[in-house]
Amino acid sequence: MKIEIKDLRFTFPTGLEALKGISLTIEAGEQVAIVGQNGAGKTTLVRHFNGLLQPASGSVMIGDWDVKKYSVAKLATRVGYVFQNPDEQLFSRDVLTEVTFGPKNLGYAKEKIDELVQRALSLTELNDKTETNPYDLSPTWRKMVALASIIAMDTPIVIFDEPTTGQDALNVARIANAISELRMEGKTVITITHDIDFCAENFDRVIALSNGQVLLDGPAREILGQDEVLAQTYVDPPQLTRLGKRLGLKETVRNQEEFLKAIT
Amino acid sequence: MAFVNLQNVTYQYPLTKTPALQNINLQVDEGEFVAVVGPNGAGKSTLCYALAGFVPHFFKGEISGTIEVAGKESSKSTLDEWVLNVGLAFQNPFNQISGAKYTVFEEIAFGLENIGVPREEMKSRVEDAMALTGIRDLADRSPYSLSGGQQQRVALTSILVMRPRLLVLDEPTSQMDPIGTREVFGTIRKMAEDGMTVVLVEHKMEWIAQFADRVVALKDGSILLEGKPGEVLTSDLLAENGFGSSRYTSTAREAKKRGLWRKENLPVTLDEAVEGFALTLPFSSPKGAPRGRGESGK
Repeated sequence: MKIEIKDLRFTFPTGLEALKGISLTIEAGEQVAIVGQNGAGKTTLVRHFNGLLQPASGSVMIGDWDVKKYSVAKLATRVGYVFQNPDEQLFSRDVLTEVTFGPKNLGYAKEKIDELVQRALSLTELNDKTETNPYDLSPTWRKMVALASIIAMDTPIVIFDEPTTGQDALNVARIANAISELRMEGKTVITITHDIDFCAENFDRVIALSNGQVLLDGPAREILGQDEVLAQTYVDPPQLTRLGKRLGLKETVRNQEEFLKAIT
Repeated sequence: MAFVNLQNVTYQYPLTKTPALQNINLQVDEGEFVAVVGPNGAGKSTLCYALAGFVPHFFKGEISGTIEVAGKESSKSTLDEWVLNVGLAFQNPFNQISGAKYTVFEEIAFGLENIGVPREEMKSRVEDAMALTGIRDLADRSPYSLSGGQQQRVALTSILVMRPRLLVLDEPTSQMDPIGTREVFGTIRKMAEDGMTVVLVEHKMEWIAQFADRVVALKDGSILLEGKPGEVLTSDLLAENGFGSSRYTSTAREAKKRGLWRKENLPVTLDEAVEGFALTLPFSSPKGAPRGRGESGK
């Protein structure tokens, strides 16, 4: 499902202009990472996709729906959004109830709900924690519950807001795996991240925001090598990209495979 | 006598079956910068709470062994005495912000108000601390209107302003942009050089290697390994135990298997990786570090 944003502007009640005219098209099934400085407007932008914020001017289309004309509840059938802070999202007594809440609310048949919940739990490796209260889990596992509860809603568009924050290497690998499963199902995955190595390894397209505007937008390989432009929005290129550059490699390398191939 | 001295510390939260910390022995000198690494659930945050007095004073539970900071013993002190020496920045800044203040400036002054610092001194200390972490432009905003990374800077600043002798930081840059992260590491390094003792929990190995004096690797509540960052962060023991590593380390480890890494030691930082891989690439001419806001050393 396509997302089309035209000249989107948003100002907070305090007068802070957070988005200053953003135009973007994200095609169905794209894997997009949004990067940029703290306060650049990343979270503000994606909160327009599911109606949590309303455009001051400009438009956001989710498929054929104009977000201004649909409720948050309605938009939730098309856009799943995992909050940056899981504590703003979780409220159930146990993990199973939490993960079931979303698909149940969307009115799916019982068999489908069971199937979606099981898949979400196994993707996030929460199978052994279904009876635990989310607030008895560590913050890192709570984050995995937040991810599972959105994945289970089976929306065509899934947004992750800094999914790898505070996660160890194993959980980062689990999240990368979940994203690649969603990709194979043809879902659009939009991820806000400061983990630029994770970004390089898992996304085809990178959008760099700076001060409420799009600074760079294009294929990851083109964007991630532009160290001087990225520095304007406080982003470093990935570690292996920096290494390749220092070694004088001709092409921009993004991950281990590309790097090792380039030096062989 | 070490400034921070943990002797045989074992701790178990109430209503749990296994200890979160097991027989921890850790000494940290005054002005030393120690980084703590480990997988989720290793006990990193619990160790922070133990240093900051929340364990056991706030969380209760069963504790044995002794925790000393600046010559005082935790079990013989109250939490309000303890906070005069030790400051903790929480993993989730949202849980730290008081909720009692309308502006960032007031939020940062909150701790100083509580210990009765005179008004004029308070103002200048808040100004200084905000300048140090680069958040002067946020002074009049509501703490709750900020982005995650900005909130995290406020949380850090509200601890730095207290000028604790021991600064305990639980993933203080987890929501910060990459260059901001490097700047904060530089600031913390400078605080350590000025005599503040720092214990920092982090997953960002590249910056730990560049800025910390020593690394403590925790797993399942115990210390698995400790030592110089370059040695600990490249050890096979950590790789086998599910610890993360910098891409330089993991890529060089794989390159070594394929005969593409010729040095004995694996790299953690960019400079080390450039130096090592240059041996594999006789035709390459490594470029120096970019200027300006590029790679910064200690």
